[in-house]
Amino acid sequence: MHVEVRGLNKTFGSFQAVKDVSFSVAKGQLIGLLGPSGGGKTSILRMLAGLESPDSGDIVFHGQRVNDLPPQERGIGFVFQNYALFKHMTVSENIAFGLEVKKWNKAKIKERVASLTELTGLKGFESRYPHQLSGGQRQRVAFARALAPEPQLLLLDEPFAAIDAKIRHELRSWLREMIDRLGITSIFVTHDQDEAIEVADEIMIINKGNLEQKGSPWEIYKDPKTPFVAGFIGESRIVDNIGALHGFADAAVSAGTKGLIRPEYIEIGRKEEFAQLLSATESGRVSHIHFRGSEWLVEVEVGGIKLVTYRSLEKEVLHPGDEVQVLVHRAYLFNDNDSWVMENKLKADQNFVYI
Amino acid sequence: MTMRRLWIGLTVIVFAVLLVIPLLRIVQGAFDDGWSGFAAGISRPEALHALLMTGIITVSVTLINTFFGVMLSMYMVRASWLGKRLKAVMNGIVDLPFAVSPVIGGLMIVLLLGPDSAAGALLGKAGIDIVYAWPGMILATLFVTFPIVIREVMPVLQEIGSQQEEAAHMMGAYAWTTFWRVTWPQIKWSVVYGVILTIARCLGEFGAVLVVSGNIINKTQTATTLVYQDVENFDLTAANTVALVLAAASVLLLLTMEWSKSRKEVH
Repeated sequence: MHVEVRGLNKTFGSFQAVKDVSFSVAKGQLIGLLGPSGGGKTSILRMLAGLESPDSGDIVFHGQRVNDLPPQERGIGFVFQNYALFKHMTVSENIAFGLEVKKWNKAKIKERVASLTELTGLKGFESRYPHQLSGGQRQRVAFARALAPEPQLLLLDEPFAAIDAKIRHELRSWLREMIDRLGITSIFVTHDQDEAIEVADEIMIINKGNLEQKGSPWEIYKDPKTPFVAGFIGESRIVDNIGALHGFADAAVSAGTKGLIRPEYIEIGRKEEFAQLLSATESGRVSHIHFRGSEWLVEVEVGGIKLVTYRSLEKEVLHPGDEVQVLVHRAYLFNDNDSWVMENKLKADQNFVYI
Repeated sequence: MTMRRLWIGLTVIVFAVLLVIPLLRIVQGAFDDGWSGFAAGISRPEALHALLMTGIITVSVTLINTFFGVMLSMYMVRASWLGKRLKAVMNGIVDLPFAVSPVIGGLMIVLLLGPDSAAGALLGKAGIDIVYAWPGMILATLFVTFPIVIREVMPVLQEIGSQQEEAAHMMGAYAWTTFWRVTWPQIKWSVVYGVILTIARCLGEFGAVLVVSGNIINKTQTATTLVYQDVENFDLTAANTVALVLAAASVLLLLTMEWSKSRKEVH
């Protein structure tokens, strides 16, 4: 189903939950609504579902405005955060509910329930009650139940929030695969960026009711359009006096410009580890190191500026207090009017000389 | 160890003095003159009429309060069109009958709808008696038992939350289907519990009904007010027979309640 949203607004009392949000979703896409808790993601989802009505703006499915259509008529499957399974019904009764409401005939219901339990790997659990299932199984029941009446759009509200980390990974890829196979347009809400990046075709970053940016995970990482997006995706640190860093003197030209630097933008090491690029580096001191399981997280101080970066376990181990060379490849700069990515000037010069 | 025995012993004694002995005394009192005395006490026309009156009041009040109790609970928990403030005020008012003495509840009805009041006079002209007639007695009992079902159902509705109902809406179920297939199965045992408590309260209601009914024999007398009158007349055997019927009904209700409680915990 093609979904289009234009100028959506919603206030709860004096709190504006959604501010002038517009977007469109192509058929068959899997979209992640990503943002901090309380940012308005769930409100957007609930308005699409018809569980909440917008103060203004249009919701258009297949070119038809559905604002006045009740949730019962919208043909949407909804997976709730805590699944909202019917506690007094078994797995198959839960899945059959929507079909019974739609007055399918008994044989067809049976067939559909059987194929959905098969699809979601719930075979053998048909007569269990929700409280007899694990978190992951409940999630799959909720998924099967939402899919049963053959919806054209699937909405998922924090689908993995209530599941422990390990199973969450499995379920994520399972869900991705399932949605691919069915080709159903899906929108899910999450506050977990890894989840959004891993699962979604496109991410919409929502903050304080605003749609900050919409794009593929790679686009959003590579080319954040607002400081919020830059700071929200990936790990990062904001540097106020970015002009003081070696190679970023130009950044100080317009006053009030700050820099956002991700750990992966920075390289550190002993002098001999940087061959030609040595002149683009500057010296700093290791202040802390943390073992991260697959790498070191190193905190380093360069002329009073605190930076963080990763260091491979294969390289020589650094210790707090060590003098090291720090190379900042690039920074994401922003001020009140503008934001842009700046590469290290000295590094660019170096390359030019040596080529 | 001895302290514990002492406490257990004391508890048993209190239980016996307060509950068991009075109950046994009623049984003994009812059969003071043997079976014939019991039969005579219970088959008096005024006794039969009083028990019938109590029965009618109990059935109608329970039906009305269950229906409106469930409906009001739904609105107070679910309705988004009711403001938070208004809900809080309503929630407070619901408890009023618990806080006010039943006698005062009855008095309010007399003051509002009695023959001396404007509304009562108007209705009286139309040939409808409220006070000193069965409508007033039903009103008084409705007032007294009003909070019971609501107080049983509201917490359960709050606990199950609205998401299951919303899930049903998303699958195409409208309000009525959603209520019967999703909400009702989850609240029914608390409704049963509330109904039992309401019945028990209706059977035992005395103060409000006494004030409103005027306790007119063979007309507006209920089982409890008859017991009161029998005691006043020193007809203790007769009083005990009616009291025994009431007590037996209550015990039966309590047993049903225990059973429904165990069912309630299943879901």
